[in-house]
Amino acid sequence: MAQIKTTGMYKSFPRSGSDTKTSHYCAGCGHGIVHKLIAEALFDLELQDETIIFNPVGCSVFGYYYLDAGHISAAHGRSPSAATGIARTLKDRTIICYQGDGDLGAIGLNSTLQAANRGEHIAVIFINNATYGMTGGQMAPTTLAGMKTRTTPFGRDPLTDGYPLHVCEMINELKAPVYIERVSVADTRRIMKARKAVRKALKIQKENRGYAFVEIIAPCPIGLKSTPLETARFCMEEMEAEFPLVCLRDNSADQPLLPTPKKIVSVKDFFENSGTDLGISTAVPDESFKELRMKFSGYGGQGVLSLGLWLAEAARIDRRFTTWFPSYGPEQRGGAASCAVVVSGRTVGSPDADHPDLLVAMNQVAYERFIGDVLPGGFAFVDLTVPINVEPRAGVRLISVPALKLAEEFGITQSANTVILAAISAFGVSNLSRESLLSSLDAGFRKKPELAIKNKKLFVKAETWIKDQWKSSEVRECESAEIAASEDTAHGTGRGIC
Amino acid sequence: MIKFLKGNDAIVLGALYAGSDVYFGYPITPASEIAHAAAEWYPQVGKTFLQAQCETAAISMLYGAACTGKPAITATSGPGMSLMQEGLSYMAAAELPGVIVNIMRSGPGLGNIFPEQSDYNQAVKGGGHGNYKCLVLAPGGVQEMCDLTIKAFELSFKYRTPAIILADGLLGQMMESITIPDEVCTIPDTSDWAVQGTAETRGNLITSIYMNAEVQEKRNLELKAKYKTMKKDSLCECYCCDDADLILAAYGISSRIARSAVDLLRAEGIKVGLFRPITLSPFPVEKLCEVTLDRKVLVVEHSDSQFCDDIRIHISKEGKRYQELSIIFHMGGVIITVDELIQKVKSELGC
Ligand code: SF4
Repeated sequence: MAQIKTTGMYKSFPRSGSDTKTSHYCAGCGHGIVHKLIAEALFDLELQDETIIFNPVGCSVFGYYYLDAGHISAAHGRSPSAATGIARTLKDRTIICYQGDGDLGAIGLNSTLQAANRGEHIAVIFINNATYGMTGGQMAPTTLAGMKTRTTPFGRDPLTDGYPLHVCEMINELKAPVYIERVSVADTRRIMKARKAVRKALKIQKENRGYAFVEIIAPCPIGLKSTPLETARFCMEEMEAEFPLVCLRDNSADQPLLPTPKKIVSVKDFFENSGTDLGISTAVPDESFKELRMKFSGYGGQGVLSLGLWLAEAARIDRRFTTWFPSYGPEQRGGAASCAVVVSGRTVGSPDADHPDLLVAMNQVAYERFIGDVLPGGFAFVDLTVPINVEPRAGVRLISVPALKLAEEFGITQSANTVILAAISAFGVSNLSRESLLSSLDAGFRKKPELAIKNKKLFVKAETWIKDQWKSSEVRECESAEIAASEDTAHGTGRGIC
Repeated sequence: MIKFLKGNDAIVLGALYAGSDVYFGYPITPASEIAHAAAEWYPQVGKTFLQAQCETAAISMLYGAACTGKPAITATSGPGMSLMQEGLSYMAAAELPGVIVNIMRSGPGLGNIFPEQSDYNQAVKGGGHGNYKCLVLAPGGVQEMCDLTIKAFELSFKYRTPAIILADGLLGQMMESITIPDEVCTIPDTSDWAVQGTAETRGNLITSIYMNAEVQEKRNLELKAKYKTMKKDSLCECYCCDDADLILAAYGISSRIARSAVDLLRAEGIKVGLFRPITLSPFPVEKLCEVTLDRKVLVVEHSDSQFCDDIRIHISKEGKRYQELSIIFHMGGVIITVDELIQKVKSELGC
């Protein structure tokens, strides 16, 4: 065998529990050879101080007994993901994932492929010995067809156990990897080629060029229940017939792609100079303020979630305690949207509004769903298009507003919510100041100031119009006992608005 | 400075003020806003965001970053949290810091995305294989979603064990005003144990394999001793407990509903208080025993007696007593209403 310097190894191996100088690997095992190749490359390339080696679950779980560098044990198959965690947070490090065929090709295949596909800056050294050595000779993803193992006692049958997995070729389907090669350590000539491959993979790390993958066919005489000599023959003949030794890709001479530098601000600057919250102060406890629970409901797109946010914003301007809680997830997908807003003179308890004091329902579904929950003494604002087919509880004041129509006539169809906001202001039912309700629109349209101006104009006009039309056919207000028929009022003229 | 934020967003803000360098995660409702905010904010302040291929990978990435002493965070919900148990066990075993956010949803299985508190046992009792404990912090509002994320990093580095933020879909989705921190925290030096790819840390090793039974047991006992010292960092809130005839025990969203009930019942002259653990692990046992002594206790939770059973265990382990212990609960995403709770309290007190 060729002479290989082993300076990258510890002089003796106390981590094994004794001061031994022999490894725990069996006679004729490929791991020892590969360790030496890595050790030599680490030393020659002056990488030891910057290297982090991931030890797998498998026979080489104790790689940290031997190789003189920083070491981490990863969970079975997770090395490439764990290595990603480092590659993304520490630059200019050499990260080696040393993995066996079960670790890399079975339990960790997704971890392997995804890291390769992202082009993580790691070197993966994949020991393919066609069996599970440590666990006791079970089938590996790379076990050859017909091979007998503890879990394929009658030979691996591709029809039931699948075919030997060609990981190099799978990785070669991906765009990001820089270097992919399959080598062997079954004889001296092959070891010298493997040596070159290992050095290349590590050099790629040293130069920050990207993802390198080296598959190494390695003998496991114990797993194969065979002599070292016979195992070497098996590797060179039968394994190579299935897994040809080949360099599938080498882009290591190309210039690496450098990320474009981004403009970066400090965390403090980022948060202190953004958002709508400049000038908002903390809420002030006020026991005299009557807590108000509100529910805003309708279709997504009718702006009910925004309307809730505006009320919460107005409450904040008025230095009230407030919460906003939306319906979320699939609830929204059906087109329905709702949110609950609580305004209080003390820290808010439940953010939900099971029994609201104020309901806004912009469509029939929302009306039918929530009207029965409104507390006596409460208010329900509904769009004029909503047929009043369910009675509220006694003592609930129901107010129909042609919000959708007024918004359309004003030329901003989406702003029915602004009309409702104006109605809430006009009827003075929120205990929040008119100025704050109006100013909430500035925050709401912070990114589109021209829309803020338009909506504020709409607010003023709608508010005046609603006050003018008080008790008219356009704005219906009734106690629950005297609900008006909806048909004759559903199509008002909207006079006085434009 | 005041900000009006969703609970999920407040977590990301808190993480950045805690000094977090990196976010790894896989989207899942109702925790996805955390990933959205992290994807938007982390790169703008020079930090790293990466979407992992699954939660198993996300927690493994967290493990990797933690091995170098980097403050990393991930967020998920029920099914994702189950996948993360492997990594949590490894992190606890290797004594690694890191923050894992669980915005609980209903289970078991796929369940639904509505709020539940049914991952209590999973979080508080270890959850993965082996004897270990995580720190578990349970925010009661948006301010605490931020503040406890910062606290979670602090404690996680202090004790070198993963910290879980155990919140729920409602806390994640709701918005409240919060006061943002004045300063960004600094992360302690970890070069004595971390593997950082430097000359200084070249001799360091992070592992959790001990082939010898006695050595493994020694490790287990060391961990046990460490967990015991965490006790002094337990936190809780007692609201109106002093003269209470009945104590409501609740954390997270249940505590918000309980708080409303306390306010409304007190307005009627009924003396009720609220005991709210802020850390579920370590559990504020001393305070619990103090406020529940010879009193009626009503546990409010959104899970099948997981929290209630734990309260019973904590009190009995201390050899203390309560007058009566009862429970009100919902599951599946059904939220206990304030009215319902008030009725239950009244029937417990016979008024
Ligand atoms: S079982 Fe096989 S792989 Fe493991 S040490 Fe022995 S020869 Fe090497």
